[in-house]
Amino acid sequence: MLNLEDVVIRYGFATAVDGVSISVEKGEMVALVGPNGAGKSSIVNAISGVIPVASGTITVDGASAQVPEGRQMFANMSVDDNLRLGAWRVKDRNPAAIYELLPDLARMKDQKAGTLSGGQQQMVAVGRALMAGPDLLLVDELSLGLAPLIVADLANYLTELNASRGMTILLIEQEVDLAFRMCARAYVLEAGRIVASGASATLAADPQLSAAYLGGIEASADRKRLK
Amino acid sequence: MNALLIYVVSGITIGATYALIGSGFVVVHRVTHVVNFTQGTLAVFGGLISYSLLSFSIPHGLAEALAVVLTGLIGLVFAFVTIGKKGTPPLTALLITLGLSILSEGIFVTIWGQSPIAPEGLDGATIILGASIENQRLLTAGISAVAFILLGIFFGRTYLGKGMTAAASNPRAAALVGIDSRRMGFIAFAIAGMLGGLAGVVTAPFSPISFSSDLPLALGGFAAAVFGGLSSPWLTVVGGLVLGIGGQLVAGYFGGSYQTVAALVMLLVVMIARHKSLSAEEAK
Repeated sequence: MLNLEDVVIRYGFATAVDGVSISVEKGEMVALVGPNGAGKSSIVNAISGVIPVASGTITVDGASAQVPEGRQMFANMSVDDNLRLGAWRVKDRNPAAIYELLPDLARMKDQKAGTLSGGQQQMVAVGRALMAGPDLLLVDELSLGLAPLIVADLANYLTELNASRGMTILLIEQEVDLAFRMCARAYVLEAGRIVASGASATLAADPQLSAAYLGGIEASADRKRLK
Repeated sequence: MNALLIYVVSGITIGATYALIGSGFVVVHRVTHVVNFTQGTLAVFGGLISYSLLSFSIPHGLAEALAVVLTGLIGLVFAFVTIGKKGTPPLTALLITLGLSILSEGIFVTIWGQSPIAPEGLDGATIILGASIENQRLLTAGISAVAFILLGIFFGRTYLGKGMTAAASNPRAAALVGIDSRRMGFIAFAIAGMLGGLAGVVTAPFSPISFSSDLPLALGGFAAAVFGGLSSPWLTVVGGLVLGIGGQLVAGYFGGSYQTVAALVMLLVVMIARHKSLSAEEAK
């Protein structure tokens, strides 16, 4: 479904992504994790075609849509308009199916997107991406700036979307424990390079990897225990 | 009372002209962040092209409509020159529009000469509350009102209009859903061309137009657009009307030579008063 081969992304003389190869099979839900500035968003924006690659190839078997970092609402437009604009590239612009899928959005369809809470905006961003009828959904920083309960709801929704509809999802996430809970397989990105990949459970169990690159899954678990 | 009414009505028609030109500034700036100083030039093109088409015996209505469409196409050509190269900074684009404006003056002199030209307009006058108002001025007010309503419908109700608003509101999100901001910019320039052309077409019959009319028209339109923060079409209409009516009252009671001064003072006051909000919009 998605194949990146030896992808290099540069901003002027600075290399943000250096020879990254990633593959995601149809119906899979895969995580791309790593610290801030590792190059995750550059990769997802290159997959979306928003930024060019310096070298390497990106192949998407079908259409992709992105849930961008920071939600990126059309703030002064209604939820309904935000959803309809998500279908810019396709003919079917009726959001009825999205309202059926996400009933909360139907209740706020006439509200301006800029007046919604962060969680509601993230839901609109997911709905807007789904309006494009994608085969591959790219979710950039699902949890950023959101309360844990809201993140849990959104995570459940995406997991359900993947399980019941077979939607292929690439989840780009800084919250490594969340990403590993949601996805069976993951890639770890550090300073523009893939430093580890494989089953999430195996990656999480590797103490060296956890300490070096993941900010410590155990530390995160410890924080939760303390709470 | 009669004099006051005449000043107000003629102020409304001139204000409508400023508002049309100002709306062109707003449409382009909202989408591209470029201050398009060819707006006055486009109005001159509109007036002069309609004059030529009428002189070829093309009937009224059709000649004016064709002039507006042709001016829209000229706006599109200006767009290719101004923002055709991807990543052109707004300040560079502004300078290009100034260059195009100067270049156009040469075209005006070459094709239409230096003397002011007034295409044939609507004859006669209508008595309103005892004051005689030229029909062409009433037509200008009416057509401008229709143009603003259509503009509102375009941006508020149509998918393309909403796409243009979206590109202006959040270019990154727009790019992600597939909206090509540059293409939206081209469309904005074409719409601005039509608005400028319409301003020239309806105004020229009662206010003869020449190669040097572009600057005062652009200044008036720009002042109206600044009143609207370069982003609100409706406030631009209000700004245009305030400027038009104010200018006519100043001209009527204090002398015509103060009219441009009044426009410039208003522009200065509004720019100082709105400095913070304009800076905030730029920061966005």
